[in-house]
Amino acid sequence: MNHSIVLAGPAAETTRLVAYWILAIASVAAAIGMVLARKAVHCAILLAVVMLSLAVFYAMLGAPFLAFVQVIVYTGAVLMLFLFVLMIVGISAADSIIETIRGQRMWAALSGIAMLVLLSLVIGHAVIGSAAPSSAKFGNANVTSLADLIFTKYLYPFEITSALLIIAAVGAMVLAHRERIGPKPTQRELAGQRVAGGHPAPRPGPGTYAQHNAADMPALLPDGSQSELSVSAVLTFRTAEAPPELPGGTSETGTAGSVAAPPPAERHESGEQ
Amino acid sequence: MVSPAHFIALSVILFVIGAVGVLVRRNAIVVFMSVELMLNAANLAFVAFARMHGALDGQIIAFFVMVVAAAEVVVGLAILTAIFRARRSASVDDANLMKY
Repeated sequence: MNHSIVLAGPAAETTRLVAYWILAIASVAAAIGMVLARKAVHCAILLAVVMLSLAVFYAMLGAPFLAFVQVIVYTGAVLMLFLFVLMIVGISAADSIIETIRGQRMWAALSGIAMLVLLSLVIGHAVIGSAAPSSAKFGNANVTSLADLIFTKYLYPFEITSALLIIAAVGAMVLAHRERIGPKPTQRELAGQRVAGGHPAPRPGPGTYAQHNAADMPALLPDGSQSELSVSAVLTFRTAEAPPELPGGTSETGTAGSVAAPPPAERHESGEQ
Repeated sequence: MVSPAHFIALSVILFVIGAVGVLVRRNAIVVFMSVELMLNAANLAFVAFARMHGALDGQIIAFFVMVVAAAEVVVGLAILTAIFRARRSASVDDANLMKY
């Protein structure tokens, strides 16, 4: 059954129009939210909304191949790469509100409006015709027609693309590589350090005897106090850095001796009596 | 009736929002995301024009834009992690070593 035959008729036209308006409003709202959101993770999620709605637009415009590539490459790979880098660079790092250049926001907004006016004028004057009559190139035969073009007319750009990808991969490896400054410690040296450090036994795991066993929940010692050794230093640093923006459960536990500890401690004492 | 003009108007709006994001935001990762938004808006215009002309060349160009954008993101984010490792900051204001 042909794709273009299925989506014909006035009812399909209305469906398209409704889908267009819903997704257009959603994508513009998400794009504005991406510019305004203070946390980088929220920006990434909103960008995913824009990209997924663009994938639907590609499908509506007779580009099923590009629609899938958009979902797989952009939303799947590029955005996940963004999220991975956010994990490395610090997920809680919010943008500062202070303007370094005075009036930067105002001028940016003004130039944005000027750009919008300019582009609207240019495109408003251009003659944008209606869609060309539907053909198999924009339906079932889309992939084969694209392949025909790529391997004939656009063969050389396609080959150069492979060089670009290899250079990008090598460049990323070179840039992300870190030189080892000292020699790698041997297993014997590591064991010696462990014995000399006064902690030959394994350290307590997070959440031992505590209320729950989340990774940021400090373990309780026999006397009911919290063991700071049991929580990773990275987590303590992150929760101490931005306490008000995290939900209640996480920010309490980062600093030792807070709300999470007392109930088990009381229970412990009553057990002793 | 959804005509290509609808999609081109939408791509104009998304492109301008991305450009404003590049100008306003300070976090280098978010600046990158705004650049991605601009590239996506340009892609939408390419695909819409391809539909209007009834030729697939616009879709091919959009495909190449996606490839180049993927390569650009990989290298850009690697540079970002290298800068972050050296300076402990992802803000574009902090990288001002070559400022006169």
